[in-house]
Amino acid sequence: MSRLRVISIGPASSVQDGGRFGAQRYGLVPSGAIDRLALAVANTLVGNDAFAAAIEIGPFGAKLTARGPVRVALAGAPRNADIAGRAVSFDRSITIADGETLTLGFARGGSFSYLAIEGGILGEPMFGSLAVNARAGLGSPYPRPLQAGDELQTATAGGAIEQRIELPASTDAPIRVVWGPQDDEFPEQSKQLLIDSEWKISATSDRMGYRLEGPVLKHLYGHNIVSDGTVNGSLQVPGSGQPIVLMPDRGTSGGYPKIATVISADLGRLAQIPAGQAFRFRAVSMAEAQAEARKFAGLLRTLPDRLRAVESIDLDIDAMHDANVAGHAVSAVDAATWHARSSDASELD
Amino acid sequence: MAATRSPPRLLPSGDSAVTVEFSRNIDDDANWRVLALDRAMAAEPVKGVTETVPTYRSLLVHYDPVTIGFDELGEKLLALAQRPAPAVVRTRRWRIPVVYGGEHGIDLEDVAKALNATPGEIVARHVAGDYRVAMIGFTPGWSYLSGLTESLHLPRRQNPRLLTPAGTISIGGVQTGIQCLAGPSGWHLLGRTAVRTYQLHRDPIFLLEPGDAVTFVSVDAKVFAEQDRAAETGEFIAELVAS
Repeated sequence: MSRLRVISIGPASSVQDGGRFGAQRYGLVPSGAIDRLALAVANTLVGNDAFAAAIEIGPFGAKLTARGPVRVALAGAPRNADIAGRAVSFDRSITIADGETLTLGFARGGSFSYLAIEGGILGEPMFGSLAVNARAGLGSPYPRPLQAGDELQTATAGGAIEQRIELPASTDAPIRVVWGPQDDEFPEQSKQLLIDSEWKISATSDRMGYRLEGPVLKHLYGHNIVSDGTVNGSLQVPGSGQPIVLMPDRGTSGGYPKIATVISADLGRLAQIPAGQAFRFRAVSMAEAQAEARKFAGLLRTLPDRLRAVESIDLDIDAMHDANVAGHAVSAVDAATWHARSSDASELD
Repeated sequence: MAATRSPPRLLPSGDSAVTVEFSRNIDDDANWRVLALDRAMAAEPVKGVTETVPTYRSLLVHYDPVTIGFDELGEKLLALAQRPAPAVVRTRRWRIPVVYGGEHGIDLEDVAKALNATPGEIVARHVAGDYRVAMIGFTPGWSYLSGLTESLHLPRRQNPRLLTPAGTISIGGVQTGIQCLAGPSGWHLLGRTAVRTYQLHRDPIFLLEPGDAVTFVSVDAKVFAEQDRAAETGEFIAELVAS
């Protein structure tokens, strides 16, 4: 058994997995990773089930020290990363030797990164999940966001061949929605505004909901409806007329009309849009949304087929490219040059 | 009667859920139909359906679009919803102790003033009610009850409170409810109960089910304090008076 000790970690970082299902009828929301694809990628790289528990790391940095060798993989929002001074790239597995520290900087061009650990995280599942839901007092080994001093028990790295993964190119295409369930509570003009406008995610957003900033969406009959069920991606519109996209820690029911719903295949993409960055919505048919959902499920299912062994003398070209943003030649094995020359040396400490 | 019922509306809630809406309003008949459909789906699971969430006037059905598409599921749901309700529905009845007023129900006096009554009359009206769990939602164990007497209908507070205590018993609009965890609320706080409708490491974790009948009984602050200590160790406190 090895351990991973949290030396420092920013807020909004917690253990998350695929989520807990079956108790929404009692008001218990599933929680789980805000970007399911990134969670699945990180887990696949270390040989775990796609939705095993991993560390979801918020926009700020983190430092973790291994006690015993620990094999890990990073996916999701890119950021500077190194292990004891050696640069680490995303979307590949890597082993942290006993006593070494993994240092992560601020997220760049995204919000959440996932650190998966070979063998998963040891904990006591509640409703089949370790996912943290602080409001409900759930989550294991800690029913709250991670903090300095926490220690996660995990498997001892077994010396497996390191893997990288080839993923389809990412896209910044508009976030797709289907209308409903309460689009008939809005005038046509509000629906047009939702689709025709640029939106920004407010800095006050969290895992419960992403608050959007943009034009005011008017209601036809006021902003109160009899509370009904919510889903991840519900675009509810409160009295302010500024929509809130409900996220994995949402309330299971709500009393604001929901003009549209983000399609499941685009939820992770929306979750990764940094606060303040403009984006757009596009309405699609139910048929298209469900075709995309099936495609997304297919991608998740076939992630293991995309693994490639990392050569033992691999120079980690990705990390060199990542670090080489200012055009300087940097060494992938000497992190001193790497940090100094990175144009985004925004470390936590 | 079943023949005259209008079919529910199927409202898309993204690509992986559909809201089966029986009414736009709080309506007892609609709530019965929601619970009947929920029970029918529990008895005869529909392939691809992962979870159902009953609310006042609609049933939210979560499903896996890889297994079943919107159109096929919609047809099945409409067929199930048109079935006549079962003649006999077993209903559990709970008696839940409440300490009303004072520090435990800080809005009781104001509610009495607003309704031209004494605090004692407000408590008497609330205790006299025969309630049913119409839905559980928002946060774990938050139980919304139907059956509030019209003489206690009161608009919600202008300014919702950001934090109200665990176990709060409150009224808002035409509803009353049992709030399990501390949290925000715009309702009027009448009292508190030691009953935990949600408690980890207790079997069952969730005490109430949608459809359960509920009555309240008034207890004093001393009894509440004793019950609260007992509840902390996993005792139900709520009394199951019929099932």
